Amino acid sequence: MPLPWALRGLLNGTLTTRYPGRSDPYLDGFAATVEVVGGRDPDPPGVLPTQEALDAVCPTGALHRSESGDPVVTVDRGACIACGRCVLAYPEVFAWRRGADVAALTRGALVVPSADDTEEAVAAVRRALADRVRGLRRSVHIRHVDAGSDGSDEWEVQALLNPVYDVNRLGIFFTASPRHADILLVTGVGAPGMRAPLHRTREAMPDPVVVVAVGTDAVSGGLFRHGYGSSGGVGDLVDVDVWVPGSPASPFSILHGLLLALDRVPAERAPADGSDR
Amino acid sequence: MTTPARTDAREVVLDVAGWGDDVRGRAAAGARLVGVYGSDRGDGCRLTAVLAEQDRLGALSTIVPAGTDGVARYRSLSPEVPAAFWYERALHDLSGVVPEGHPRLDPLLLDRGGSTPAPRPGGPAVASGGTPMAGERPGPVDVVGHGMFTLPLGPVRSGVFESIELLLETPGEDIPHVNVRPHYKHRGVAKQFEGRAPRDAVLVAERVEGISSVAHALAFCHAVEDLAGIEVPRHARLVRVVLAELERMANHLDVTMRLADAAGLAVAVSRFGWHKERVLRLTSSVCGNRFGRATVGIGGLCRGLDLDTRSLAEELRALGSRIRSDIRALEASASFLDRLRGTGPLAHERAVQHGAVGPIGRASAVDNDVRRMRPYDGYRDLPPVPAPHAWSGDVLARSRVRWEELMTSVATLLDALDTLGRAPVPASEATDTRVPDGLGLGSAESAQGEVVHALELSGGIVRRCFARSASFHDLVLFHDVFTGDVFTDLPFIEASFGLGYAGVAM
Repeated sequence: MPLPWALRGLLNGTLTTRYPGRSDPYLDGFAATVEVVGGRDPDPPGVLPTQEALDAVCPTGALHRSESGDPVVTVDRGACIACGRCVLAYPEVFAWRRGADVAALTRGALVVPSADDTEEAVAAVRRALADRVRGLRRSVHIRHVDAGSDGSDEWEVQALLNPVYDVNRLGIFFTASPRHADILLVTGVGAPGMRAPLHRTREAMPDPVVVVAVGTDAVSGGLFRHGYGSSGGVGDLVDVDVWVPGSPASPFSILHGLLLALDRVPAERAPADGSDR
Repeated sequence: MTTPARTDAREVVLDVAGWGDDVRGRAAAGARLVGVYGSDRGDGCRLTAVLAEQDRLGALSTIVPAGTDGVARYRSLSPEVPAAFWYERALHDLSGVVPEGHPRLDPLLLDRGGSTPAPRPGGPAVASGGTPMAGERPGPVDVVGHGMFTLPLGPVRSGVFESIELLLETPGEDIPHVNVRPHYKHRGVAKQFEGRAPRDAVLVAERVEGISSVAHALAFCHAVEDLAGIEVPRHARLVRVVLAELERMANHLDVTMRLADAAGLAVAVSRFGWHKERVLRLTSSVCGNRFGRATVGIGGLCRGLDLDTRSLAEELRALGSRIRSDIRALEASASFLDRLRGTGPLAHERAVQHGAVGPIGRASAVDNDVRRMRPYDGYRDLPPVPAPHAWSGDVLARSRVRWEELMTSVATLLDALDTLGRAPVPASEATDTRVPDGLGLGSAESAQGEVVHALELSGGIVRRCFARSASFHDLVLFHDVFTGDVFTDLPFIEASFGLGYAGVAM
């Protein structure tokens, strides 16, 4: 077999997704997190689970029942590890949310359904971020730091370079040197041993820098949010601009987060800022 | 310890000196050390050694009382049982027990400095931030001589990798010695298990080593099922095999991709990256999660699945033939094979001495495959998984073991799907079974090798779980494979190990 690889790259045609130009069925169908479908006005009344029942079903305490006014149930996607127990236990209240586009610009916007003031706050944050990243729209370089992940997050970040996602086509590249980097991608719970290396990496990057917390571990610590080996996410260690939930966040979720950071999310697929669909 | 009748033989408790002598004697007689761990008991520490004898697991325990200074001490096993080397360091970091006479009691998982108390797994809960890491201290220097220097690689690596520090001691090109420092990403996993009900602790097990979520979930569930005597229904056993083999394929494809990347074979990197993505999507089409999480439950599966086994098998056949063809192309790429052949060899004697597990052991002719030693779940219902045929111990042998296993995984998957047939698989979680207190041992074969969970339950909740990943057991062998290898061999050797560092740093 002389030159075994020369024509092999052409064997299967184009494998690359057309997202963000077009929609992608895997992105649209992926159950990345849960949504509240019946959190209000229960019919019959009294069906809405109590806070104790919610805490018993959710291993990360992501479900909350608010008693101010009418009882309302919310889910914090930043703490959700997509175990699906709430969907199994209370199918009339919770359902899988289809679509990998779950990144948000504020930590509060991951709590859904969101209050109206959260949406205003998100809009203000988006305008400020858009001003900051104006110079980064055409091509950016990413530096990734593992701050105590379980290892699956790195696979999903690495997947952005495979021919299916191929982020290089969008002018997005990974770099070894923080000096060349515009985006800091952080995974993991914020392990104590990684606090100083993470801080040094951030300091070595030239401003403006966009920081993306990738995965529920990085957003909130997830299942490991308490404990001596966790910082409850990386939000207290660096100034995070984009929050990408998921345990781990799927490649499409990460890509959506990157586009959100660069204000390049396609218009017809507005960011999941809390509005349930 | 009486000879265990089954893999679930419970522990035997001895006095400290008798325990040490027994472990040393059994190791000298050919028993394989699977792990040593501590469980806090207030006024001392309960030490447990897990051993495999004639492929069966058993546990030997002792209570080491705290001395007048509050520190528990015992005579180190490592001088006579070298496989205990890292386990005793981890024991010192986490449980604060001092193995006297240990050859190198440097921090491995947690650098507590001088006075910070240990987190003591098995004991009371530790407050968040209760065990701060000492300041960053430079690693050891072992090789001195004219022009020698130490090159620290990491913890932030170039590229998208897990955090770990490799200290290369070098005169400039050769690497006479490497030190591994995994402590940077220590997450305190052991304490995360404690105080949880078993069905919640499965979710922790899935996060010990995320790239082998299924294997860890299985090992944990086997430990509980062993304690409670739960029998898993047949369809759940088969689905467990489907998830486990898909996970193995994804891992082996990842290793192959990294090897091709190290050699600069751009087309191969793309091809194997694509194959891996297809496997992760197959996994998500089976259970909704790309890593097979939140599906394995105690007693079977924690959720029902509706599998289209026919179309799964069809896609798997096509994927298998593409993978086979691309492996054939790799085997025909002389410039690629030249980089693998003779690189980073692990001597058979060292692999035997350490009881190496997984593809690393198999490539050095030490076969400790749980699927063959102690068939579990659907492996009991299916034809036995054949052993691979590469024994030269180098990067090439480790790669060929994985390439053979890729093909046997496809065959096993097709068998499992065929046996399963087209029918909805109901959830089969044993929610009502009362699990008795005691020690349960569970194991499963991850892509990295044998995963063992030693689980202590008390009052229906987890008191201590020793989650031993294959990665933790095998990574120490990284010290032994640099024989005349140079800088540019490092990415090949590291990729060929194919280990998850989260499962090492715990």
